[in-house]
Amino acid sequence: MSEKRNVQILIVEDEAGDARLMELALHKSGFAMDLSTVNDGHEALRFMRREDERFLQAPRPDLVLLDLKMPGQSGLEFLSTMKRDDSLCAIPVVVITTSALNADVAASYQFGAAGYVAKPNDINEFIAAIRILCHYWCKRVRLPENPE
Amino acid sequence: MTAEERNFVILLVEDEPADAHLVKAALSENHILADLQHVVDGREAFEYLHREGPRFAQAPRPNLILLDLNMPRMNGQEFLAAIKQEPGLCSIPVVILTTSEVERDVVASYKLGAAGYISKPVDVVQFMAAIGDLGDYWFDLVRLPQKLNAS
Repeated sequence: MSEKRNVQILIVEDEAGDARLMELALHKSGFAMDLSTVNDGHEALRFMRREDERFLQAPRPDLVLLDLKMPGQSGLEFLSTMKRDDSLCAIPVVVITTSALNADVAASYQFGAAGYVAKPNDINEFIAAIRILCHYWCKRVRLPENPE
Repeated sequence: MTAEERNFVILLVEDEPADAHLVKAALSENHILADLQHVVDGREAFEYLHREGPRFAQAPRPNLILLDLNMPRMNGQEFLAAIKQEPGLCSIPVVILTTSEVERDVVASYKLGAAGYISKPVDVVQFMAAIGDLGDYWFDLVRLPQKLNAS
């Protein structure tokens, strides 16, 4: 992808503390990126479709980092809805969650996740995990420039 | 090396023998202890996944597929579209590994369900590094589905 532009990352996470930790770990990875955070799947869809007044200027994400356990619409419902929307389905979604259930892993990939990361409890391990994730998505792979 | 590490199976779908050798060398160089299975086009990849014929009767289900785009018979995008339609196969992540730099190939691949698009570096050292990053992500970091249809 173009190196001139920051990678746009959308974090979908209902726990404020977990969202802050994610932002910290992403910034520590050292890649040029802009972060946006929303609280649940409904809000994520409004953000990506720019439906809400406050999302009129929302940047189109290059990558979505998705928690699974959220109130309202669950992460899996959001993933399934988004991957059936032709204007959004090209955006890769990586699930990052505390759930270690095999059923969640299998369902995430079936719905189109491009990775499933079980959150390590240790903060240093978490930061290391996010660094590997950024290395793959922000540096190694080519992301769609204009997916619509 | 644990049994689990040895069980990590990569299916490489690549028609160029030289490129297939390079992937094998890069896995070894990066100490990625995967079982690399190689088929030469999309149609053969399908025969592999469906265990058609004596050659593929015992074929292990891959944890990850590395897919070239430009191939004879069934090309990469046709294969990707077909595998993502099959409930028994759609959960296997597919990463595109290609020389194509065409933006419409990138977009089409993600829309069809690719879990990454890597432009093959021409330089060998760069190529090794690319496979290293791929291994760090898919082999060390992420969890993959259990072998649902492995029996």
